[in-house]
Amino acid sequence: MSEIKQELKYSKEHEWVEVIGDNKVRVGITDYAQNALGDIVFVELPEVDDEVTINDTFGSVESVKAVSDIYSPVSGTVVEVNTSLEDSPELINEDPYGNGWIVVIELNDSSELDELLSSEEYETFIKEEE
Amino acid sequence: MRKEKALIFELSKPGRISYSLPELDVPEVALDELLPKELLREEPPEFPEVSELDLMRHYTELSNRNHGVDSGFYPLGSCTMKYNPKINEDVARYSGFTSIHPYQSEETVQGALELMYDMQEYLQEITGMDKVTLQPAAGAHGEWTGLMMIRAYHESRGDFGRTKVIVPDSAHGTNPASATVAGFETITVKSNADGNVDIEELKKVVGEDTATLMLTNPNTLGLFEKDIIEIAKIVHDAGGLLYYDGANANAILGIARPGDMGFDVVHLNLHKTFSTPHGGGGPGSGPVGVKKILEPFLPKPMVAKKDDKYYLDYDRPQSIGRVKPFYGNFGVIVRAYAYIRSMGPDGLRAVSENAVLNANYMMRKLQDYYHLPFRQHCKHEFVLSGIKQKKLGVRTLDIAKRLLDFGFHPPTIYFPLIVEECLMIEPTETENKETLDHFINTLIQIAKEAEEEPEKVLKAPHSTVVGRLDEVTAARKPIIRYKKS
Amino acid sequence: MRFRYIPNTVEDQKEMLTEIGVESVEDLFADIPSAVRFKGNLNLPKAMSEHEITTYMSKLAAKNVSLNDCSSFLGAGVYQHFIPSVVNHVISRSEFYTAYTPYQPEISQGELQGIFEFQSLIAELTGMEAANSSMYDGATSLAEAATMAAGSTRRNKILVSLAVHPEARAVLKTYARGQNLEVVEVNIKDGKTDLEELKETIDAQTAAVIIQYPNFFGLIEDVLPIEEVTHQNKSLFIVSANPMALPILKAPGEFRADIVVGDNQPMGIPTSFGGPHVGFFATSSKLIRKMPGRIVGQTTDDQGNRGFVLTLQAREQHIRREKATSNICSNQALVALASAVYMNAMGKQGIQEVAKQNLQKAHYAYQVLTRIKGVEPLFEGNFFNEFAIKLPKPVSKINEELLKHNIIGGYDLSKDYPTLKNAMLIAVTEIKSKEEIDEFAARLEGLL
Repeated sequence: MSEIKQELKYSKEHEWVEVIGDNKVRVGITDYAQNALGDIVFVELPEVDDEVTINDTFGSVESVKAVSDIYSPVSGTVVEVNTSLEDSPELINEDPYGNGWIVVIELNDSSELDELLSSEEYETFIKEEE
Repeated sequence: MRKEKALIFELSKPGRISYSLPELDVPEVALDELLPKELLREEPPEFPEVSELDLMRHYTELSNRNHGVDSGFYPLGSCTMKYNPKINEDVARYSGFTSIHPYQSEETVQGALELMYDMQEYLQEITGMDKVTLQPAAGAHGEWTGLMMIRAYHESRGDFGRTKVIVPDSAHGTNPASATVAGFETITVKSNADGNVDIEELKKVVGEDTATLMLTNPNTLGLFEKDIIEIAKIVHDAGGLLYYDGANANAILGIARPGDMGFDVVHLNLHKTFSTPHGGGGPGSGPVGVKKILEPFLPKPMVAKKDDKYYLDYDRPQSIGRVKPFYGNFGVIVRAYAYIRSMGPDGLRAVSENAVLNANYMMRKLQDYYHLPFRQHCKHEFVLSGIKQKKLGVRTLDIAKRLLDFGFHPPTIYFPLIVEECLMIEPTETENKETLDHFINTLIQIAKEAEEEPEKVLKAPHSTVVGRLDEVTAARKPIIRYKKS
Repeated sequence: MRFRYIPNTVEDQKEMLTEIGVESVEDLFADIPSAVRFKGNLNLPKAMSEHEITTYMSKLAAKNVSLNDCSSFLGAGVYQHFIPSVVNHVISRSEFYTAYTPYQPEISQGELQGIFEFQSLIAELTGMEAANSSMYDGATSLAEAATMAAGSTRRNKILVSLAVHPEARAVLKTYARGQNLEVVEVNIKDGKTDLEELKETIDAQTAAVIIQYPNFFGLIEDVLPIEEVTHQNKSLFIVSANPMALPILKAPGEFRADIVVGDNQPMGIPTSFGGPHVGFFATSSKLIRKMPGRIVGQTTDDQGNRGFVLTLQAREQHIRREKATSNICSNQALVALASAVYMNAMGKQGIQEVAKQNLQKAHYAYQVLTRIKGVEPLFEGNFFNEFAIKLPKPVSKINEELLKHNIIGGYDLSKDYPTLKNAMLIAVTEIKSKEEIDEFAARLEGLL
């Protein structure tokens, strides 16, 4: 059973979004996603100041036998990147909602947050996927 | 059994050599008089220093840590691991083949050009196509070459809207990758319950943007696309072309020809169907055959014949250009040529008949022990699913690893993607019935082990020089070269 | 009819058919619509016995003039060098040549380690941090380097020097069309890449600058200013190198190349009418995850023993499918192995000595040939084992005459560079004796 955090918002591409104030969100991939991928061996990260668009990819996560794009759940500018993933991609497996965060994005349009799934909706969504 | 093997670099000792060069017979000039110092390398490359026997022992030991067709059964699906005839190795090493330069004048390489010309003709006959190029170096390279020609064809007609390549969901991963590098988008079409292309689904996706449908026939499930005539019509009516992936051509030699099925482009893998050795992953050769409408777009040069003289034809204004320097993997072509001449038309048909017979025999003997998702007769290969065993906690990967303990190379696993816990088995025609029976009995035994003593399977292999390797660390912290510490 | 590669006897076939539950093999093909069934016999020559094959193939081979039976000065990307006997003995071990790609590492350690050693040798030779397990040949390796550069810089223009091999440029253009990249050729000046033109042409869309080292005319490019211009523009610097020159010339890694490609044919691989040869591909650590092709990596097994696996596979076509940036699967593994055997056989000492002999002999030949009245160097400049001369007559005519004396003359440059009339590109490797060089010069002199 995958862990879902109640206080977060979710996308259908299995990203989580945490509002951290100042019009900023922290983004990572969910426990369900990291489980499905297995041992993550590499994360392709965007760079600070990259512009990202909702539903466009900004990076990817690789396991030994699979690769999965990371879709941006919101539009905005990358203001922080979790560079510790460069050397320790396993952080995503170990702590997807904590040390395994991927980027912090400054929002262009905070109303996009309303489109995201609540934890309950996401739980239903992954049940349907299975 | 487990034993590490030193790297050649670790065997090195300064002062040892295993080379011999004649003494310099021209007046020696100081190096810095020939080249300015700033152009010279300061530290020479750290190549190992070993004696000739050290070197031979090193490679002999490495070879003992490797399994080839000559070591044992190799039923790797879609790879056609048939016997590699020794005579082909011998003739390919004739000095008149190995020691010719690609830029020698045509009159000094008439034998090579004749061989290539004949090979083009033979492959045209075998595939039912109008013209064959031997330039592509491998199957994937052939796919891309074919797709580039398809693109050139549509564009030559002023049709720039054909941007999509349709592939079935059972296709090799190379098909979509080749489509991408040829500048196309890939559309996947589902297979139906019989494992064939779903005609209704196909109708939905073909249209004005269809460049081609890429099909492997028999497909990767080992099944003949029996609706091929209708499929061809649907694609052609929409203005698209039909591409034949020849990975599975070992099933149809002298039985059916892609050209007659309506295909416009075909690639073959000489290293699969025509017995040239896989060499541990290459070199291969991926000739491409086309119908007349695509002939102008073939890569250049083509080997041509005028009167009794063979020549290289560069005068091809609509050609897609070169896909490879020179004329292809000539040494591989020589081997395949010797194979075709050794087998003749009857032999080639017997190849496919026996390949198909062997596969069906194995399939029927195994169907009670492993789930058989498609029950009709197969062609030269078939797929089983390990779902029964998975319920017992034993995965297809474990079954594959357990086979290693019996001296077998496992089948292709987890492919095609549409069959869960897939095992894809291709025995080829060159294996005898005793070998097939031994393999069948071993797989049956492993199925029993999965029930009775799963640990034995889960911990396999037990008898190899290394155990299961840590692929995660290898990919996380890649060490891909030796470095003197 | 019986065939020696097909063991099934009539009895075997009967037993198998019974087990399957059909009457005949024909029944197994019943699903093929009769409209597409091939009826009759393929129109191919009938089967030959092994002895007949030997005789026939010998005759065919004899219709070619083998380089072993004459004295050749052809190079232009493919070179005749000495090949130690061990090379063929190693690759004739059928555990190597009858194996497939090492998908099952536990029974493929020999191949995997052999290729790991190849990667290490190429990295050493080029002065780069990493290399892959091989590409089809030097030209496709160069084309894939361009694609990789475009992907990693997200730019779409490739600048390639006109002093890069014409066939490599041709292959590059075909690949570029597939990927919708723009290829711009940079002119030559005095036989080398025109630096001024390069400076004018390079722009914000330039993903890479490609040069050849030594270049197609044999000249050693002024790499430092080219590197500077390239990197100032944040483009990648791609160097296509002749591996035989690298033991003595500054390694591309030393002058900050980002990708080094080339064909390792000079190192242990026969000319074979142009193939199979073996492309190599080396790059920096930073870029390894963008590299095309298979890569072998070191790891450990469940008991901590060192072992080797195919790694970084998530880059490859079978996983990435339509998102892959290269479609290569089969490469030139056995040829790479052969080439590794060569490099190991020559070793640290031999590889320098053979390179030096090339340099010495080519310079001797240059002296002897340019002393002939009517022969002039085409370009001035530093070279390794190949140089171009200008003649008073068309090269094709001269070569025709030379052949009568069992000499294969150099490459006719006017084929690819129409303005370079009567220009011959001459390669002199360690296997050319002084006597052969002198005879070549004497015959040439006699023809002018």
